[in-house]
Amino acid sequence: MNRFDFKNIVQAEKAKEQNAHTKNKILVCCGAGCISSGSEDVLKKLQEEIKNRELEDVEIIPTGCMGPCNQGPLVKFNPRNTIYQKVDCTNIGEVVKSQIVDKKPLEDMLLFAESREKPFVNANEDPYYKKQMKIALKDCGDVHPERIEDYLLHDGYKALDKALFEMSPEDVIAEMKHSRLRGRGGAGYPTGLKWETVYRYVNDPKYVICNGDEGDPGAFMDRSVLEGNPHRVLEGMTIAAYAIGASKGFAYIRGEYPLAIKRFEMAIRQAKKMGVLGARILGTDFSFDVEVRIGAGAFVCGEETALIASIEGKRGTPRPRPPYPAESGLWGKPTLINNVETMASVAPIILNGGEWYSEIGTAKSAGTKVFALAGKINHAGLIEVPMGTTLREIVFDIGGGIQGGGQFKAAQTGGPSGGCIPVEHLDVKMDYEELMKLGSIMGSGGLIVMDETSDMVDVARFFMEFCVDESCGKCVPCRVGTKMMHDLLQKVCENKATQLDIERLEELAVYVKECSLCGLGGSAPNPLLSTLRHFRHEYDERVHAERKSSNLIH
Amino acid sequence: MTKGFMPKENHQILFTKNRLKMSKVTVVIDGRKIVADTDETILEVAKNNGIEILTMCHLKGITDVGACRLCIVELEGSPRLFSACTTHVADNMVVTTNSERIKRYQRITTELFFAERNHMCAVCVSNGACELQNLGYKVGMEAIRYPHLFPQCDVDTSHDFFVMDHNRCISCTRCVRVCAEVEGAYNWDVMNRGYHIRIISDFNTPWGESTTCTSCGKCVQACPTGALWSKSIVQGQQSKHPEMITELVERRSMKL
Repeated sequence: MNRFDFKNIVQAEKAKEQNAHTKNKILVCCGAGCISSGSEDVLKKLQEEIKNRELEDVEIIPTGCMGPCNQGPLVKFNPRNTIYQKVDCTNIGEVVKSQIVDKKPLEDMLLFAESREKPFVNANEDPYYKKQMKIALKDCGDVHPERIEDYLLHDGYKALDKALFEMSPEDVIAEMKHSRLRGRGGAGYPTGLKWETVYRYVNDPKYVICNGDEGDPGAFMDRSVLEGNPHRVLEGMTIAAYAIGASKGFAYIRGEYPLAIKRFEMAIRQAKKMGVLGARILGTDFSFDVEVRIGAGAFVCGEETALIASIEGKRGTPRPRPPYPAESGLWGKPTLINNVETMASVAPIILNGGEWYSEIGTAKSAGTKVFALAGKINHAGLIEVPMGTTLREIVFDIGGGIQGGGQFKAAQTGGPSGGCIPVEHLDVKMDYEELMKLGSIMGSGGLIVMDETSDMVDVARFFMEFCVDESCGKCVPCRVGTKMMHDLLQKVCENKATQLDIERLEELAVYVKECSLCGLGGSAPNPLLSTLRHFRHEYDERVHAERKSSNLIH
Repeated sequence: MTKGFMPKENHQILFTKNRLKMSKVTVVIDGRKIVADTDETILEVAKNNGIEILTMCHLKGITDVGACRLCIVELEGSPRLFSACTTHVADNMVVTTNSERIKRYQRITTELFFAERNHMCAVCVSNGACELQNLGYKVGMEAIRYPHLFPQCDVDTSHDFFVMDHNRCISCTRCVRVCAEVEGAYNWDVMNRGYHIRIISDFNTPWGESTTCTSCGKCVQACPTGALWSKSIVQGQQSKHPEMITELVERRSMKL
């Protein structure tokens, strides 16, 4: 299919949409969170309900994640943008009756009805959505993830069209550099610079890999992007391939995300049919093909060199860098690896320009970041805020505060590679540098909120246990060091540790951090180091408690 | 294998074309100015110039994996530590191999090696000819400050000539690499993750039932500890000759 045919299809779809603009649209969240609370049954029941009531101008669309996952299943009514929470098979009839037949919203069931004095009929006016800025997640929750036509209506593949016909690969890279987008996988390496490095190596073929092996406990943004809008990721990958000159791409998605895999594979088939993927994309000389590779459940395979080994069919263990994958990656060829969220941010940057993106966020970290709110927070789920939003805004304005009116104690960012931010730093501006200063990291964006009942030593022990399990066992510091640290932390938790044990913990933590082969070991001590830094008294109390009890015996 | 050190700031010098061309560079190792080739690793350059860097998983002749983290060195301008066996030299690189920090880390690594499994030198076949034991002397290890993990490990005696004692294994994977790269038999591989890691024969079948093992004994010679040994050997009698692997590989590549 060439560009002309493609444009005709887009126009035809848009015309169809315009003719039906008065139509009621009912969007049912079919993200993994809502599905697990029963949204598929709601969808079926809703279809029956519409049939029984003989409502004709109603279209039902299953969509990706809408955000507040713990309020699910969520059902959104367009065009008024009214979201109902905790909808189930028993009350969906009532909702349809009042919303569509009586045209009067059912206030008790509106989103956040229990926490707001007067819930908002238009959900976008709720502070939960008002404070957010959706770029990577923009169409998540609005488009049908299994229909490319729906994505085309939301300016889908327009950025690819622009890149292919109006920009040279150098222009695309310049635009990416100008946007100051940084890798959203955790380390925050400038994306444009990475693309340029791969572009400059002369060695064919080159590869593009999309890293969807999201393993941090409590993080689920890649999953939601892949499930909610797989075409956006595919478009980003295709633009990246055009920019660096690759002809083959791999999407590495973890096996625990069967829905994401299914939808991404579906997206690949549809995109090929539409001519925006495969041979001679949109009639140009540029060809690009994408294959899905399924991760087998190892956390370490999210590390880029281990991921490459895994795709090659080898044991998923990292190797020392340099050489970086940009020089010698998949099968020794220059390889671009970007996270799902990074790929999802590419299309809007190309479409709106790097300038637009670079103006969002802070001086060193541009753009927006998706966070997965979890833990003792009222509105757990997925949010996207501009970089530099304070933790206080995220936890209290967007997250709705602590569950059960408890006290905020700490927020854990970056999963097992990150650290804890204590209450004194509640006003920290969330970006790469500020979090680093506090001994934590941005990571992939998991944000676990803890209240005063949380035991910080136990938190450190939990994450260390995770690292002991997930260490690949290749290098000594990570293989044995994490195990030793875990055993020592266990001792602290059981009030059996002495001051010497705490000193050994500190020594080991710095050793493992500096000597490990890859990022897993290099960041495994972070939860321990940051809790030691901000919650030292909790460690000391336990050591003292041990001393006191031993005094009693003597 | 690494082909060069990549300073973060300068991306222009590292293109593959330039890389493949071998050229002379000057590096400074522990204050000594040394002229070296770009295709050499820091470890090779140091060794050729009489500077000792401790190693364990490195064996000349097989691929380096940078796993034991004993050969870590400091490079000026980078806060990270690099493994000398996998990092290639680059012009004006300033390497430190013997700082207090590195010595301290090497000692911790050695202690962790000893604490991980059941290393009882007095009753080991390799007593006196063991690289791990030597390493302990070299780093001046007096005591192991960490609790011994004492895992329950098997001893595989099913092979006709050799024994695999997992209690003495330090998971350096030298046997795995020798078997795959020098013998080409691919008998050994690695199973499990983290500290449950085990070296396995075929698909975790007893070594004696292996269909791939050629009984060549190269793995036994490559093994730095008493994990692999020949049957009918008693305590302290096993001698190891890992240098035969290096010699073998060198002779194979010699032009007659």
